[in-house]
Amino acid sequence: MTEPHDPRGNLVRPYAVTRGRTEPIRDIPIEAVLVASPAAVQESRFAGHDKYRIAVLCEPKAQSLAELAALTRLPLGVARVLVADMVADGLLSLHSAAPLKGYTERMDLLGRVLSGLRKL
Amino acid sequence: MDFASSERAGAPPSEITSAKIVIAGGFGVGKTTLVGAVSEIEPLTTEAVMTAAGAGIDDASKVPEKGTTTVAMDFGRITMAEDLILYLFGTPGQTRFWFMWDELIRGAVGAAVMVDTRRLTDAFAPLDYFENRHLPYLVAVNCFDGAPRYEPEEVREALAIPARVPLVMCDARHRESVKAVLISVVEHAMTTLVAEHEQGIVVA
Ligand SMILES: Nc1nc2c(ncn2[C@@H]2O[C@H](COP(=O)(O)OP(=O)(O)OP(=O)(O)O)[C@@H](O)[C@H]2O)c(=O)[nH]1
Ligand SMILES: [Mg+2]
Repeated sequence: MTEPHDPRGNLVRPYAVTRGRTEPIRDIPIEAVLVASPAAVQESRFAGHDKYRIAVLCEPKAQSLAELAALTRLPLGVARVLVADMVADGLLSLHSAAPLKGYTERMDLLGRVLSGLRKL
Repeated sequence: MDFASSERAGAPPSEITSAKIVIAGGFGVGKTTLVGAVSEIEPLTTEAVMTAAGAGIDDASKVPEKGTTTVAMDFGRITMAEDLILYLFGTPGQTRFWFMWDELIRGAVGAAVMVDTRRLTDAFAPLDYFENRHLPYLVAVNCFDGAPRYEPEEVREALAIPARVPLVMCDARHRESVKAVLISVVEHAMTTLVAEHEQGIVVA
């Protein structure tokens, strides 16, 4: 099959794995953590090679979007599209990045990070 | 620390929170070294595709045919508890990637701007950047072997660092030194948050 000339040029190629989509269905912060659902590995077997690899990586331990992009060697934007799809399909659950609002929540998080660092 | 036993013992925690601290600074200032000194994993690199002009990170639909570039960020991880992970993100060294910094600092707890006393002027651009953003940051002077030794106050004066911004000396290769830097970042973030709360900027 010959592709029509695409004015976006080379950049499109990495997005072949997302079937050309470049916008994730939801925004995911790079440090947000993803956990595989119990059947994720099994169910993603036919969801495409990259989704399968992502499921396998999230199986033993929670991984951030940044880790998934780095370990699969996918560009961050591509990994974000795939991960967002997998969250929508129930293959992965998205865990929250640090709270941005609310004095009490933010102070609580800072306190926990501080004691975590002191224990290192 | 190893949380493997608690992870395996039962279901994963219902909510895992992740926090990040940004390690900024000019080219070759020791960002990756600092991250590696405390990370439980070998620092990883993630790449983002973008235009050289800086429009639309990773967004191919807005990208004209030329001038795309790949920018690499490296990062490390510290699993603090079953339900708490701290990530340390190093900024890309080159200043033409500012727009990538905006994505990196979004939601961060705070930042450390690293300074190399052999190339003090490299710090001006990153310091300017943080002066114009709403994120608590401090300055970490990385003490390279054979670099000129300055008193902290001399560095502060040379770089016109405001009094409210903490300045610490460090050795990015040493875990204890890096721990101290990160603890200072978090303490500074807490002090800033308390002050903003008292001024009514941040509400409960
Ligand atoms: N003596 C000494 N050398 C250091 C220190 N920190 C880093 N280095 C060395 O300086 C060089 C650059 O350090 P990196 O950690 O790669 O610097 P970087 O900021 O990540 O560099 P870029 O990502 O290229 O901008 C390496 O060869 C390090 O081994 C330090 O505290 N003391
Ligand atoms: Mg580096």
